[in-house]
Amino acid sequence: MGRFKIKKQDTFIDMTPMSDVMVLLLTFFMLTATFVKEEPIKVQTPGSVSEIKIPEKNLLTIFVNPEGKVYMTMDSESSLGALADKMVETGSLSSLSPEERKAFAQAPTFGTPLNTMKSWLSPSNAEKRNDLLQDAAAGIPCDSAHDELKLWVQAASDVCGDGMRIAIKADQNTPYAVIKKVMDSLRSIHQNRYNLITSLKGVDD
Amino acid sequence: MAKQNSSKQKKMNARVDFTPMVDMIMLLVTFFMLCTTLQKPQTMEIAMPSDKEDIKEEDRSQIAASKAITIMVDEGRTIYYFRGKPSEAELNKTEFGKNGIRAMLMDANKAAQKKVEQLKKKYEQKQSSSPQEAAAIKEQYKKELDEIRDGDDTPDVIIKPSEKATYKDLIDILDEMQICSIGKYVIDKFTEADKAQIEAKFGAK
Repeated sequence: MGRFKIKKQDTFIDMTPMSDVMVLLLTFFMLTATFVKEEPIKVQTPGSVSEIKIPEKNLLTIFVNPEGKVYMTMDSESSLGALADKMVETGSLSSLSPEERKAFAQAPTFGTPLNTMKSWLSPSNAEKRNDLLQDAAAGIPCDSAHDELKLWVQAASDVCGDGMRIAIKADQNTPYAVIKKVMDSLRSIHQNRYNLITSLKGVDD
Repeated sequence: MAKQNSSKQKKMNARVDFTPMVDMIMLLVTFFMLCTTLQKPQTMEIAMPSDKEDIKEEDRSQIAASKAITIMVDEGRTIYYFRGKPSEAELNKTEFGKNGIRAMLMDANKAAQKKVEQLKKKYEQKQSSSPQEAAAIKEQYKKELDEIRDGDDTPDVIIKPSEKATYKDLIDILDEMQICSIGKYVIDKFTEADKAQIEAKFGAK
């Protein structure tokens, strides 16, 4: 009589190589991580064949949403803080309390007329600050008669020096009339080189 | 020999269960994967003419040359274009895409286009395995490409987007410049005279 001897299998799987690989992956992602910055302004950029990458440091981004409202942001908290100081120094902005300055530096995007900036930054608005940007009165005015964008960009370029790049991130359905206003106000302060942010697409469409 | 038992070491199981560790690391990897932006957005670099009067005069005299092509982008992605001086030129109507504006620009830029083809072929053979050399070759390629683009046989393009055009139209037309290897282009104002010219030929909308 043959006897079937069932070999007792060891169910213990060695996880060491797996954890090795995982740690490697984790290290890679941790080192390459640049966190997605929260952008309260939703913008769908048009496609382009251009493959130039945007510079990371020292960047001033001007957002234009489809309704034609203009917002701004800078790449780091410290430059935003310095920008606020400069605006106060030039007298464009009434002086800010330390809390308001901090709120400004930490805001992902700003864009309100100068006269309402202080109320936008007030602590009572802390929760709904990003929602207020959708407000009808929000947006940096940049008409030729009342051009606050000019003041902001001028102050930013004073703070950041000549190495600062300006990027315009506009929605693809924005009327050209608005873009032209932004370009005209940049031109009036002799900022003639800037980047237009696009997303990648193929040559054929 | 009574203590023989106590000196006998207990055989420890040296295997550590790594499963919880792998679980945790997986979670972290997922987190970093979702929170990173590996790909930076694309941009287009653009240099606008300065509004200093002396520079503008010089630009105008260049544009008056017979190589000029004026492209007007109007509402609903229609394009009007003419070659040479506005007074004696024939206004044509076209649209975006491969058979529209691109065909026209390719035709106008045949000589440079041919050079670009040759350049591409030349550099296709020059592939290198070492990354340093490859970068150097790419650099060289870019330099030569720019030379062709800014060369004497490329046309000078004047882009005039109307107020009703969208930002996407502007990006698309700038894209065509890149596809058709045209290095010299300028964005100009869409004037009343341009509008009248279009209406005279194609009727008012």
